[in-house]
Amino acid sequence: MLAKRVIPCLDVHDGQVTRGVQFGKAEAGELRNVGDPVELALEYNRQGADEMVFFDITASAHERKTIVDVIERAGDQCFMPLTVGGGIRTVEDMSTMLKAGADKVSINSSAIANPPLIREGAEKFGSQCIVVSIDAKQTGEDTWRVFTHGGRKEAGLDAIDWAKEAVALGAGEIVLNSIDADGTKAGYDIEITHRISENVGVPVVASGGAGNLDHMVDVLKQGQADAVLAASIFHFGEYTVADVKRHLAQAEIPVRVV
Amino acid sequence: MIALLDYGAGNVRSVQKALTAAGGDVQLVPNPGTVAQADAVVLPGVGAFDDCINAMQRQELFEAARAFVSTGKPFLGICVGYQALFEKSEEFNSCAAGLGIFEGSVVRFPDTEVKVPQIGWNEVQFSKPDCPILQGIESGSHFYFVHSYYPQPKDESIVATRTEYGVDFVSAVWRDNVFATQFHPEKSQKVGLQLLTNFVNLI
Repeated sequence: MLAKRVIPCLDVHDGQVTRGVQFGKAEAGELRNVGDPVELALEYNRQGADEMVFFDITASAHERKTIVDVIERAGDQCFMPLTVGGGIRTVEDMSTMLKAGADKVSINSSAIANPPLIREGAEKFGSQCIVVSIDAKQTGEDTWRVFTHGGRKEAGLDAIDWAKEAVALGAGEIVLNSIDADGTKAGYDIEITHRISENVGVPVVASGGAGNLDHMVDVLKQGQADAVLAASIFHFGEYTVADVKRHLAQAEIPVRVV
Repeated sequence: MIALLDYGAGNVRSVQKALTAAGGDVQLVPNPGTVAQADAVVLPGVGAFDDCINAMQRQELFEAARAFVSTGKPFLGICVGYQALFEKSEEFNSCAAGLGIFEGSVVRFPDTEVKVPQIGWNEVQFSKPDCPILQGIESGSHFYFVHSYYPQPKDESIVATRTEYGVDFVSAVWRDNVFATQFHPEKSQKVGLQLLTNFVNLI
């Protein structure tokens, strides 16, 4: 049986892994340094992470070189799937990241600004390479809207409709990040994760809000997510990836135990 | 020397690094010139079946790969490099003919049953535990998959492993000197490196 994946996410700023306290705060400069990205990647590799996401939070030209170097060094030593996101705007950007050793590229605001980018990437590299990441916020009892710019700008899209469109254009995976839940440690947004998961035929990765191990069980079971992504709970040493896997296995969720 | 056929597949670097870590002396080979002198050949692959076949044709690696297989020296196909060994693909708009080393075609997972692509770690059950590249690995181990299509071999005797994802499909084949896996050993951590080490040791 296909295992549910546990994915540590590394936000990279100036060659260091950082973590904002709440959504958008990292972009605004309120950061806590948590370490060297390659060292952390190797540690999560040892702990049995199923995949790793590197997110370039500054996405400047200078930072681009840094993130390529990080991907190359991590990929040369980790032998596990790597995804890279942040500042990918063109098919050439995608090609650079894939050649550096990334298996998937994650696009967010550039896909909203230029939806054909999803199709171009999928045609060139295959759908399995193209991840569309969506920052969603609940704006009404039954409504979730898409936001950009660290949650400050409404994109004019309904989150479920946008997920469906992204998949129709060729996205092979959706990462759903709840703006409301991110950084709160109060749990993933199960409702929107569930709705998107039942509306698209590709895997859905839940992101934002993990505070304890039961939150992961809940979003995988009730939210029907295919994978969980988390940052803080791993970086600050509260739980190891192995702790998560053990807990999920006890809850009868299929996982790969290393 | 292991010739790693470089026809523009995105993950060539990952395969190169993993084979090196497995003890191989790897050379990226973008044209047929050095293929015949190689001790082993690896055909990697990510992306679409037709892109793979067409790029191999353009770079004259298609015939070189077929000729190498008939020398009896070790050959390993990975992912689309596994699918390319079959006759044809049912991938959208596909019209390219595969290498035809094995009989059968490449088909898509049933969308109604499971999420497509299959992305993640799935269990690989050994049908042929004596397969040389599976030594030192337990049947049922998790390997990393990322694909929407899989080959259906006509010849049951080549089936080395099976995996369940909506359907029970053939996740690796083996016949004589030819090995091929739908999963990515270069991305499968310890068990993947063990498989590649086994392959390197065949030289």
